[in-house]
Amino acid sequence: MTHLLEVRDLHARYGNTKVLHGLNLDVAQGQVTALLGANGAGKTTTLRALCQLMVQTTGSISLDGVALNSRNTEQIARLGVGHVPDGRGTFMALTTEENLRLGAFSRSSRAGLAEDMDKVYAYFPRLRERASQQAGTLSGGEQQMLAIGRALMGRPRLLLLDEPSFGLAPLVVKDIFAIMRRINQEEKVSILLVEQNAKLALDIADTAYLLETGRVVLQGSSADMRSNDAVRRAYLGE
Amino acid sequence: MTTAVTPSLSSPVASLSSRTVRAGLLVLLILAVGLAFVAKGYQLFQATMVVAYAIALVGLNMLTGYNGQISLGHGAFFALGAYVTGILMEHASVPYWATVPAAGVVCLLIGYLFGRPALKLEGLYLALATFALGVAMPQLLKYKHLEAWTGGVQGIVLMKPDAPWGLPLTQDQWVYLFSLAVAVVMFWIAHNLLQSGTGRAMRAIRDHAMAAEAMGVDNRHYKSMTFGVSAAFTGVGGALSAIAVQFVSPDSFTLFLSISLLVGIVVGGVGTLWGALYGALFIMFVPNLAEKVSKAAPWAVYGVVLILLMFAMPGGVVGLLRKLQAWWAGRQA
Amino acid sequence: MNELLHQTLSGLATGGIYASVALALVMIYQATHHINFAQGEMAMFSTFLAWMLLDAGLPYWGAFALTVVLSFVLAAAIEFAVIRPMHKAPELSVVVVFIGLLVIFHSLAGWLFGYTIKTFPSPFAANAWYGSQLMSAHEVGAIFVALVMVALLFSFFRFTPLGLAMRAAAQNANSSRLVGISVGRMLMLGWGLAGAIGAVAGMMVAPVVFLDPNMMTGVLLYAFAGALIGGIDNPVGAVLGGFIVGVLENLMGSYVVGTELKLSVALVLIVGVLIVRPSGLLGKKIVTRV
Repeated sequence: MTHLLEVRDLHARYGNTKVLHGLNLDVAQGQVTALLGANGAGKTTTLRALCQLMVQTTGSISLDGVALNSRNTEQIARLGVGHVPDGRGTFMALTTEENLRLGAFSRSSRAGLAEDMDKVYAYFPRLRERASQQAGTLSGGEQQMLAIGRALMGRPRLLLLDEPSFGLAPLVVKDIFAIMRRINQEEKVSILLVEQNAKLALDIADTAYLLETGRVVLQGSSADMRSNDAVRRAYLGE
Repeated sequence: MTTAVTPSLSSPVASLSSRTVRAGLLVLLILAVGLAFVAKGYQLFQATMVVAYAIALVGLNMLTGYNGQISLGHGAFFALGAYVTGILMEHASVPYWATVPAAGVVCLLIGYLFGRPALKLEGLYLALATFALGVAMPQLLKYKHLEAWTGGVQGIVLMKPDAPWGLPLTQDQWVYLFSLAVAVVMFWIAHNLLQSGTGRAMRAIRDHAMAAEAMGVDNRHYKSMTFGVSAAFTGVGGALSAIAVQFVSPDSFTLFLSISLLVGIVVGGVGTLWGALYGALFIMFVPNLAEKVSKAAPWAVYGVVLILLMFAMPGGVVGLLRKLQAWWAGRQA
Repeated sequence: MNELLHQTLSGLATGGIYASVALALVMIYQATHHINFAQGEMAMFSTFLAWMLLDAGLPYWGAFALTVVLSFVLAAAIEFAVIRPMHKAPELSVVVVFIGLLVIFHSLAGWLFGYTIKTFPSPFAANAWYGSQLMSAHEVGAIFVALVMVALLFSFFRFTPLGLAMRAAAQNANSSRLVGISVGRMLMLGWGLAGAIGAVAGMMVAPVVFLDPNMMTGVLLYAFAGALIGGIDNPVGAVLGGFIVGVLENLMGSYVVGTELKLSVALVLIVGVLIVRPSGLLGKKIVTRV
């Protein structure tokens, strides 16, 4: 199995505060990989480090052999990395449709834009209803869908999702996670999923990493993780 | 390894209960008074103007720094205060020292009345409204129908007061010391105001207006009150400047004055009392210095200095001093 | 009645100038969320550049085009060298930088080109078919130019991917980067466009009021008012606002208060409008969920 994303010895800091201490991580092609851990473990920082956004990093990050750590955020986006940030990162003052169009900015060719929009609307019918509505008026769940849709518009090879369940009602979360699984299977998009909700994440993931204070303390297939006692006690509440 | 505590820019002024600060202030006061006997006439006049500007800047700082509102037209209140002094002295023979509190009261009222409707606007829109005020004032002062009071384009000439009680001081020395006394009173009022519940309410509104409202702070009243008080301070500064210059005319109070005041608080340090003093020194002396550097394009030099200063110390002089203080404390740890 | 019409049309003509400068202000605001207080002085400086080129012998449209290009480059360079380094600084410090720029351009123009008033030609022939008793050919032409610029800009922002990207970059730099937008380039583009627009505005106003360093000082205020009254986030609104302010100023000046107070009264009226409609006539109310 080829690894789409390979991270070796990643250190990351915000200014003088060091958050990641030598992370090693792989995301296999076509799979869903979960990144678990408590608040402050460094999960969001890891995703930001992959996109060279807001953090300084040392170590190597490569996407299909191409080094990411020497590039800036917009270049990484154009290489096919779709990042759905924590807090959704919605363009509040623009309409839903404009938000989606922006997702396609990184693509080199405009061909198929309309079809891709239809595809996103097919995944998230609620967004079609709100196409010309100001995005800031959408509910939390709808904004999360919009954020995912926006990332999809870039035809990414790798989708990074930061806490998609945050602040959302359980039913909405269920919906979104089901759609994420479909996206992985139908669009063949590899996914790196950061989640505090370990149960949800392990349900759709193939492999998982457990982060604690900026280090990987456990890794394996999601089945292995689910049956691991420490994980069950601390993160699955069992 | 201990980390130094970085003083936040939002905390107003060092607590007066600190012994060193008190001692420092006393020394400063003594030096300031001593200046009256060391400096010559024109230099004393400049020093008086610095004091007047400093009071005005405290006013603007209260609005912009502590309450988060912006004013591009505070020159209008400086003008208003100056003209209150001029009109009272000329038409009502009011003694000079009584015109100062009068100027404050008039500006407080007008500021509050202006603030009440204008503060429905935010940010840029408020900037425009105050901009309008700053532009309108000199035009109003030149207005034909008010000429009987304002003296129109020619303005009003004032008499410089003599030192009272036969004190052996020249007029320049007396005006300077008088202004200094007024400044001490005003700074003391400002300090108490900002430390009080009112001050906390103001800062709460600046930091998060919606939360403040939810906590029971009557935003509209406080904002208008802040505007009024800030106008009062600036008006007092204007009154003192009128006494020092012995002359008020519309062309002394153009939009450029409002812009200078804004530059003054930013260069000094927005939202700080000390910043008012540094800012006053800047707006008084730097234009002259710029002219010495280049006769042909002095304002270009001034502009370059402004930009370089903002690059080097976006938090103004006070911001820079605080950074140095934190760095020094960090090294000592 | 004829007099009223004449004054209104005259107001529309000056309104066209305000509209153009307001457009430049909105341009930079849309790109950077800052008001470029130096916009007027930069436009004036550009007009002096044009005058210099004309003086050197270039034909009008050649000088026009070259000036527009130079102004674009100059403005983009200023964004990169002066404004960008301040992106983390507090708002008021950035305002002071703008004031610094204002003062520098004004002073440089005076120093390089002198304070004596110069004439500047109009590309619209004085006896053209569209001129009349009520409005001179130049006035008509200037309004036309303003309208063309706003139409182009509106289409640019609304219908092109680049225009959308610029709006996005101004609103949310991080999210923009995540979708592949180079925020720095967007900022420079916004400034460049504003510089170009300002140059056109300057070259339209100079034939009427004559060219000197003080040419644009009053215009900026009216343009600012026009931009706000129309809605600062809306190019069409800015132009509409500019025209409204122009007409208002002229009518106030002729019928109500005379030239001395017209500035104040016009501004008071504008502020009154803003109090009733805080986001301007055409501005969108941006709703934020708390």
